[in-house]
Amino acid sequence: MDSFLNTKRPPVFCPGCSHERITKAVDTALVKLNLEADKTVLVSDIGCSGLFDTFFNTHALHGLHGRALTYAAGIKLANPELNVIVTMGDGGLGIGGAHVLAACRKNLDLTLIILNNFNFGMTGGQYSVTTPSDAVVGSEFLNQAEIPIDICEIAKSGGATWISRCSGHDSSLPDILCEAIKHKGFSIVETLGLCTGRYTKRNQLTPKVIDEMIERLPTYGGIVEKNQRPEYGEQYRNLANQQKSLPELLKVDKIFDLKDMKRQEIVILGSAGMRIVTAGDMVCYAAISAGFNASMKNDYNITVLRGQSVSELILSPEKIGYAGIESPTVVIALSDEGVQRRIKLFSKLEPSTFLLKEKSVSIPETSATVVEIDFKEYQIKKQDWALASLGFIAGKNQGITMEMLDFALKSRFKPAVYESAIEIVKKLATITM
Amino acid sequence: MALSFMEGNEAVARGAIAAGCSFFAGYPITPASTIFSNMLTMLPPNGGICIQGEDEIASMGYCIGASMAGRKVLTATSGPGISLYSEQISFAIGSEIPMVIVDVQRLGPSTGSATRGADGDIQFLRWSNTGGLPVVVLAPKDALDCYALTAHAFNFAEELRCPVFIASNKEIGMTRESVDLDSVELPPIVERKYSEIGKDEINHKYLPFEADKDSVPDFLPIGCKTLVRQTSSTHGADGYITIDPNVIGESQERLINKILNAEERLTLYEENHRQGADTLVISYGVTSRAVEDACKTLSKNGKAVSTLTLKTLFPVPQKLIREKSEQYQHIVVIEMNMGQYVENITRLLPEKKIVFYGQMNGVLITPAKIMEVIQNG
Repeated sequence: MDSFLNTKRPPVFCPGCSHERITKAVDTALVKLNLEADKTVLVSDIGCSGLFDTFFNTHALHGLHGRALTYAAGIKLANPELNVIVTMGDGGLGIGGAHVLAACRKNLDLTLIILNNFNFGMTGGQYSVTTPSDAVVGSEFLNQAEIPIDICEIAKSGGATWISRCSGHDSSLPDILCEAIKHKGFSIVETLGLCTGRYTKRNQLTPKVIDEMIERLPTYGGIVEKNQRPEYGEQYRNLANQQKSLPELLKVDKIFDLKDMKRQEIVILGSAGMRIVTAGDMVCYAAISAGFNASMKNDYNITVLRGQSVSELILSPEKIGYAGIESPTVVIALSDEGVQRRIKLFSKLEPSTFLLKEKSVSIPETSATVVEIDFKEYQIKKQDWALASLGFIAGKNQGITMEMLDFALKSRFKPAVYESAIEIVKKLATITM
Repeated sequence: MALSFMEGNEAVARGAIAAGCSFFAGYPITPASTIFSNMLTMLPPNGGICIQGEDEIASMGYCIGASMAGRKVLTATSGPGISLYSEQISFAIGSEIPMVIVDVQRLGPSTGSATRGADGDIQFLRWSNTGGLPVVVLAPKDALDCYALTAHAFNFAEELRCPVFIASNKEIGMTRESVDLDSVELPPIVERKYSEIGKDEINHKYLPFEADKDSVPDFLPIGCKTLVRQTSSTHGADGYITIDPNVIGESQERLINKILNAEERLTLYEENHRQGADTLVISYGVTSRAVEDACKTLSKNGKAVSTLTLKTLFPVPQKLIREKSEQYQHIVVIEMNMGQYVENITRLLPEKKIVFYGQMNGVLITPAKIMEVIQNG
């Protein structure tokens, strides 16, 4: 192909704008690389750099300010054989900074062309993240109170594997772009250019001044040795291929027949680290093995190693509607924190409620039938109290039976874990009070 | 009947896989994170892609890119995240990019309460796009619905080329329940309609947004033989910026009508009509479970009350609501928010007295409260 430029839509930049030269340089690079138009995508966002996608006969996606890299990443991951080239201005660089950093860290095979012209051209020449502090721009004095960023330096520390900085007027720009596109990984080309519509009206910026600026700045000429590593997409696919397939979904048939199937509402009140959720899970699987429906609501702190852990279980021969607890049939109180979390519950309990309480736990006055056990006396460790309690209630046929519980443990745990779990469960299964 | 035990969020992931989803991007947030973690166990071993975005905006961007490359995509978040999604939601709606967005709602506003449920985002989902174009919002009431509605959501998204929202709730997403997934009859899977010519050969006539009046443009993915343009800017059929008022006006009308005209096809619901009832309770989401419990008890006690559970909230199932309400003297609406949907019902039934109860305090509305509202109504 002689040119990728869309002759029906020629560039529309202000006279003297560097973007026009860069447009041509991109075209020259695409031709030199002999890329296939249908395997090439131009992704742009907002600002004058966001016009680029319209000038080329390639696939194109134009999106929101600063987000071009996110669309580009989605396209590249979904279809790795595409050449994905992104244009962004210094405005997009600021608002989309998190995406630039993520792209540097990931090293997905994308090429980012930054069209840095030191200001927001389209909206009135306001300052951007690259505007020098001494520039005169459309944001009055605000840029004087800040300093500009050096995106190449940031990209280097962010892990970019290929970085180049050059003038938009540099005659070798097409070759630099070729190298950037050929690089297998994330490549950044920062072009410094003139915004004749806004910036150069009030600031002495010429191609020569840009060359001098580049002289003074750290040099970036492509490969960043210290960051070299495999490309993200390949890495991802490699790792993904090593992942084990998900085990078949566990489906439990009704295998036990309870003659007197009544709805049960069980509340386990404990603390983080007591494996309350695991215990709740076991009760539900046990119930399912007898043809019950089950639901489990858990309440624990965001800081998972501290605070209360409460599990609320409903076991019902009928479909479960409202999944809140209304009249518990069984309450297991294993820690003060857990009790405090549901303190209002106790005054409402009926004598028909079976309340198992660890000796050290204090509970408010209640009409429930309270059974107290000193778990320490049975040499049960705190993290096993919940599991041991299940043995106790199953031994009394409160909601679940021993054979149901045994089935649940067998289905959910690996054999070695099952053996130790069933040991714990048996400790309290046969005590009579 | 064999039962499994899972939370609503896992059921969403399983529904997505069943619908052919092969791409997920999301950012961790309680109570939606387990959709991400489930997708992460399900997609990669099967050649799918599952990505953790650097933020919510990026997650949506990844999904938009992947969808435009032809993938069926899913993302999931909660209140603070859906707020950040909104600029990309507008893009996906205005530029007809299919995707499924799950909002596992938590108590708001703002960061609110990460582990407390609410249906507080209903109006946000409806109006989260600038331009105010209509959207499709589905509301599950339990884990089984999460599974089935996710499959429906993918179908609607592919068919109408739009994002489809699932308004889940912490109380569904993170509540584990016994479910029989095999009992659910999933809808036949709908695939995106591609342009007949153009994928593997160049179709010079293809225009990415050309469509008949009120219908959906044929799709071609970025990366196929025919060059494809996508843009967030106001565009004509060719995908280039336009300022032609006629073109813009027609396009806006088409974006509105392609959704509104599909009202009946999109209407999903459950009803429980009870003989002799003079009251109908309309609700959605997890609240409808307590409503059903309440009405069951009332019926046992001699007061028959019927229920209508909306599974499609938007486009408002107007025909359904009018038809199902016709025979009832009293209409009761219950919501787990301070009244975000009820106005859609009062608007449709101006001749009826409508009793509303809303509650948004971090806990489920109890059947007892609902009975009280119905009886005092």
